[in-house]
Amino acid sequence: MSSSSLKIAIVGGGLAGLSAAMRIAEAGHEVDLISVVPVKRSHSVCAQGGINGAVNTKGEGDSPAIHLDDTVYGGDFLANQLPVKKMCDMAPQIIYLFDRMGVPFSRTHEGLLDFRRFGGTLHHRTAFAGASTGQQLLYALDEQVRRWEVKGKVNKYEGWEMLSLVLDDNQVCRGLIAMNLQSLELKAFYADAVIMASGGPGLIFGKSTNSMTCTGSAASACYQQGARYANGEFIQVHPTSIPGEDKLRLMSESARGEGGRVWVPKEDGDKRAPQDIPENERWYFLEDRYPTYGNLVPRDVATREIFQVCLEGHGVGGENQVYLDLTHIPADTLTERLGAILEIYEMFVGDDPRYVPMRIFPGVHYSMGGLWVDYEQRTNIPGLFAAGECDYSIHGANRLGANSLLSCVYGGFAVAPSAIEYAKNVERGNSETNGIHEAELRRQQALNDEIVASSGGENQYKIHEELGKVMTDNVTVVRYNDRLQATDDKIRELQERYKNISINDSNLWATQAVPHARQLKNMLELARVITLGALNRNESRGAHYKPDFPTRNDPEWLKTTIAEYSGEGPVFSYEPVDISLVEPRERNYKTSAH
Amino acid sequence: MSTNEHIHKQKLTDPPKTVKFKIQRREKEGADSHWETFEVAYRRNMNVISALMEIRKNPVTTDGKETTPPVWDMSCLEQVCGICTMVINGRVRQSCSALIDDLLVATGGNTVTLQPMTKFPNVRDLKVDRTRMFEHLKQVNAWIDLDGSYDLGPGPHISSEVAHERYVYSRCMTCGCCLEACPQYSENQYIGPQAIAQARLFNMHPVGKTEMDERLNGLMEENGIANCGNAQNCLQVCPMSIPLPRAIYETNRDITVNSLFGWLKR
Repeated sequence: MSSSSLKIAIVGGGLAGLSAAMRIAEAGHEVDLISVVPVKRSHSVCAQGGINGAVNTKGEGDSPAIHLDDTVYGGDFLANQLPVKKMCDMAPQIIYLFDRMGVPFSRTHEGLLDFRRFGGTLHHRTAFAGASTGQQLLYALDEQVRRWEVKGKVNKYEGWEMLSLVLDDNQVCRGLIAMNLQSLELKAFYADAVIMASGGPGLIFGKSTNSMTCTGSAASACYQQGARYANGEFIQVHPTSIPGEDKLRLMSESARGEGGRVWVPKEDGDKRAPQDIPENERWYFLEDRYPTYGNLVPRDVATREIFQVCLEGHGVGGENQVYLDLTHIPADTLTERLGAILEIYEMFVGDDPRYVPMRIFPGVHYSMGGLWVDYEQRTNIPGLFAAGECDYSIHGANRLGANSLLSCVYGGFAVAPSAIEYAKNVERGNSETNGIHEAELRRQQALNDEIVASSGGENQYKIHEELGKVMTDNVTVVRYNDRLQATDDKIRELQERYKNISINDSNLWATQAVPHARQLKNMLELARVITLGALNRNESRGAHYKPDFPTRNDPEWLKTTIAEYSGEGPVFSYEPVDISLVEPRERNYKTSAH
Repeated sequence: MSTNEHIHKQKLTDPPKTVKFKIQRREKEGADSHWETFEVAYRRNMNVISALMEIRKNPVTTDGKETTPPVWDMSCLEQVCGICTMVINGRVRQSCSALIDDLLVATGGNTVTLQPMTKFPNVRDLKVDRTRMFEHLKQVNAWIDLDGSYDLGPGPHISSEVAHERYVYSRCMTCGCCLEACPQYSENQYIGPQAIAQARLFNMHPVGKTEMDERLNGLMEENGIANCGNAQNCLQVCPMSIPLPRAIYETNRDITVNSLFGWLKR
């Protein structure tokens, strides 16, 4: 390593990790990119609807300032406002950059970028590539990073999973330990700075809209080594997903952005096919209750309404499902603008949404909470940075649709210069020769050996299922303190039982059993952060809703939750929220005067 | 109803109580393979992945033999990451979107056969290593050569028609179905449809065009485009319905034009 070239390790190859890698390579430094899957297969690929940026091509007077207002208002004022402002200001140039990278964005007649509407705003602010925008943006970055790989600036470690940080005696991050998912070989990575871009923790809830890689395991490992975890209790449940045996498949908000309408039959248990139910016998409950925003209320609002309608027995066929109806829109228009997601529905359910209303129900989708970072994407551990869904910084108590792709890229672009600046100035000292990497590697190897040797008879997949069920039942849309307490008791029981797992694979080559056991331990730790954070927060704000405390309580709870690891579980503290740009006001989507 | 067989799935009217999964097992690359059969209770809407997840929990064969859990790759489960591709009842496809009803309607039986793809190193059981597909993308410079990623204003105007045409190619998820089905593809004699289609994607872009020569040069190497036998199997198996033979035809045309007139540029 030459003295002018720094070495930065990035954990995660989704939008945040790749955009950081591109920027660091462009600045002339070297990147070790560690990803559990080939980066082109990262979870960002699943994002569908689009990316927000106030480019204002529709003559609506949109601006980054309005985007900022929509975002902090949509997030129920829990987000620190300065980073949100920086993101909204950068958004138009991010979209232009992706356009220059060759993303096949949908265009207007004139050949300009087209924009559509999304939830929580009254403006056309969402650039899109059909209905597979995440796939297209991820591929554009994948291509650019491959270009840097060919130039020798990026070393990819695909099929490697990060297990722990290497911290020196002063708790400074000097690198990390990762495991090869084929050979189970452990390797120490020396780095001047480490960037976490490891995504969300949806698998803690068992079934979610997330990819099977979204365990939150790497972020949890950082937390257990001293990184603060903020606002963990804020979990977004997406209003429209397709229930499945193996996962809940996302049905993008763009379906409503393009005019999709949510309804149930006025008569409970109406047995007619939806097409045979006349207009005046349908209850469009979102349009009814929210005349201005209609079906495009923010996700937390739509989710609670759908959940409540079903709870009261008005769901289609008395079940937990409502119609999401596109059939009034010309089939050609739907194919052009939403083709990819309509195919997903048809592929997995069998009906063609162009002609038959979809049946949907809310599903766990996104974590607003994550590793605590300051305005420069620095965690509290020197040398450790975070960006993307695994950091908490942008979305407050509820994320607006099409802000996730934006926040991932913004995070990547913000973290790169910050990590470079740190790495330039950090005293390398003797961290490469004093044996801390080898010591940490031995500690991690011992944990692996322990898992392989353990023979207590508990089934790790069963424990994961039980965790998912109790979390989904009690820590999602509606939360009660007694059930949250019972959930934490259950998690602790699962943690005890975890000590007695035996892996059921005698062939350790490419086994999934050891990595899953490692992930499960970390999921259990993070589950407690989410559950106890929710138990403590006695108010309702954004995605966090307690019927016993039904309103937002700014005097007591306009503050960021911070969890720190201890052997006995998370220790909570709170810090004030930056409200320097937009004064908090009541969130009310029923009127236009927001 | 869509006529696209990748999308439209058939349903069983009288489903069986259980479904058998005959899985080709291999301990590691180079080891001999053998078959094991597992039985899983039928559930509505079940797909190959949910059956594998069930088997993994408690891997016991139909003969009552305790065995190791089958290993396979999975991630998005929405047929957009491409990782879970395998050969199912003799046909290469994603296992997440392979619904049991549809598979059983097609065969009339109650057994589903799972095998790894054969054109890539077989890591273990159903897991393969497709690294070489990403190497192919390097060979054709499948990217736009940006001046820099800093703010340089908007991109070029592009007509809706070109954007549409490029979008179709840009949906390629590097799953490898086209390579598995291609009678000509092997590592060193033919680059295969996916990389050619990606070359086409960038050759169609107003800025990407400027690098067309480099891309075509990559394809004129010995392991490039020349050995396509026009079997068109790729078109049949592509889960994204990408017009791969067209990309090959158009790219061949570009190469011809390039070699005819290339000397004029010198």
